[in-house]
Amino acid sequence: MPMNDLYQEIILDHARTPHHAGLREPFDAETHQVNPTCGDEVTLRLAVTRAADGTLTVHDVSYDAVGCAISQASISIMTDLVIGQSLQRSQTLEEVFESMVKSKGQDPGDEDVLQDAVAFAGVSKYANRVKCALLGWKAFKLAAAQAVANQLQIGENENHE
Amino acid sequence: MTSRPGTTAGLDITLIRADFPVLDRTVHNGKPLVYLDSGATSQRPVCVIDAEQEFVTDHYAAVGRSSHQLANEASGYYEDAREKIATFVGARRPEEIIFAAGATAALNTVAYAFGNATHSGDESKQFRLGPGDEIVVTEMEHHANLVPWQQLALRTGATLKWFGLGDDFRLDLSNMGEIITPRTKVVAVTGESNVLGTIPPIGEITAAAHKVGALVALDACQSVPHRAVDFADLDVDFAAFSGHKMLGPTGIGVLYGKYELLEVLPPFLTGGSMIEIVHMDHSTFMPPPARFEAGTPPVTQAVGLGAAVDYLTELGMDHVSQHEMELTALALEGLSAIDGVSIFGPNTTEDRGPAVAFVIDGIHPHDVGQLLDDEGVAVRVGHHCAWPLHRRYGVNASSRATFGVYSTADEVAALVDAVISAQKFFAGR
Repeated sequence: MPMNDLYQEIILDHARTPHHAGLREPFDAETHQVNPTCGDEVTLRLAVTRAADGTLTVHDVSYDAVGCAISQASISIMTDLVIGQSLQRSQTLEEVFESMVKSKGQDPGDEDVLQDAVAFAGVSKYANRVKCALLGWKAFKLAAAQAVANQLQIGENENHE
Repeated sequence: MTSRPGTTAGLDITLIRADFPVLDRTVHNGKPLVYLDSGATSQRPVCVIDAEQEFVTDHYAAVGRSSHQLANEASGYYEDAREKIATFVGARRPEEIIFAAGATAALNTVAYAFGNATHSGDESKQFRLGPGDEIVVTEMEHHANLVPWQQLALRTGATLKWFGLGDDFRLDLSNMGEIITPRTKVVAVTGESNVLGTIPPIGEITAAAHKVGALVALDACQSVPHRAVDFADLDVDFAAFSGHKMLGPTGIGVLYGKYELLEVLPPFLTGGSMIEIVHMDHSTFMPPPARFEAGTPPVTQAVGLGAAVDYLTELGMDHVSQHEMELTALALEGLSAIDGVSIFGPNTTEDRGPAVAFVIDGIHPHDVGQLLDDEGVAVRVGHHCAWPLHRRYGVNASSRATFGVYSTADEVAALVDAVISAQKFFAGR
């Protein structure tokens, strides 16, 4: 596979100028993910808003990350994709993305769903790079689960009042 | 690559390469493989592959037991391998060579033996550790020679101390007297950093350790494959190295120990083959090496490693070392001449081995490795199992080229070209 396909222009752009970078407050969940084979790291914060019906929406994703172009671009594109979505929708996107990059070249990705993140379809042919593309998404997945648990707690407390 | 590698250091590299069939293959649509990852694992010559095949085909049986002919033959092959290796690394007797699953297992065997000494008889009291005792390591250790000692300290209450690294990529020994003290029980140090290539002054460290009555455990994984090593002469008490980094098979490593220490060192793994007498409630153990070889040993791998030692002995370790260091000099020169590339390690071949790590400004090592691979150049990227070393220099990862006896000057040139291409790829788009 030519390197131009793996490192698409959009990936290099995001790696050079990552979107939504930096850690911001307030936040509802914070997670830290490490790639133990290469030492790449991300600290990710998730802020959600809660509608009257209890629906959670991704208000902000902020992060501090070090790593390769694939991992940095993947986090950046992920934030573009999930900010403003319902938390449930963003969790679905995580599943779709993970399934694509783990497909060993079988799943080209649905551009209507994953938008710019389909640029990472090529990563699925490089077993060693899959964890790079997933680093930020894994941090987000855990943060989302934490935010849900926290909000349930808040919801329960409110019901008791 | 069109030119013949030719003869260097008295070795005909073209002939040597013919012994390693994998070096002939291509990757990524016909690009010649440029294998520069021998520090992680080396390729195997046909004679090693054949030795294993022949042993399994014609002589295979359980060693050290049974009275049938096959068992006798297998035992003979196994012990022959031990003798060859003992001679190769300067052990005073074959019983000082213990076969383990790998160097990691060998180092853990020593570390766990120290821990087990707490509950063993008085004959092993010199290995006992507790609060107030000190274990010394270095900041440049591979995790295999750091984590077992760190965990031993945590289990026993002993204190872990270490020599730091200087800006010159060498151990800072200026505070030797503060690090190695009368409280020191064991000093664990590498014979060569698997990242920086730095060779520490083992003689000086060993002398300082012995002066206070401490034992020395040497991680010789990057030493034994690359130069003539004599453990008895070095006077280290224990040493470990792997088979698969010295043209041998995986699944086998060696623990060397001075016989008088091995005799009283408590065993780590217990079970079959290592016992003398077994009762329901207690047992006694065999003398070394059986004392440390519980269970069915990696016989086939030992035979393969013996063949690798024969191969290296025939080439001559001084020639191997000279050839690899010539390539190291070329790589240091070629890589450091590129703008934006810095050598992660000493810039000269002085007190250095054939591991050349480097960092390219603005390009993460993972991306470097990917682009080099696309050119057929196989290097290792990451923290190379030496995370504290990388942290010391404020980087998360590095790229590393390592050489073997079959590596060539043309391959070094291919590495340099591929690094320049990688820079262009990231700069030009």
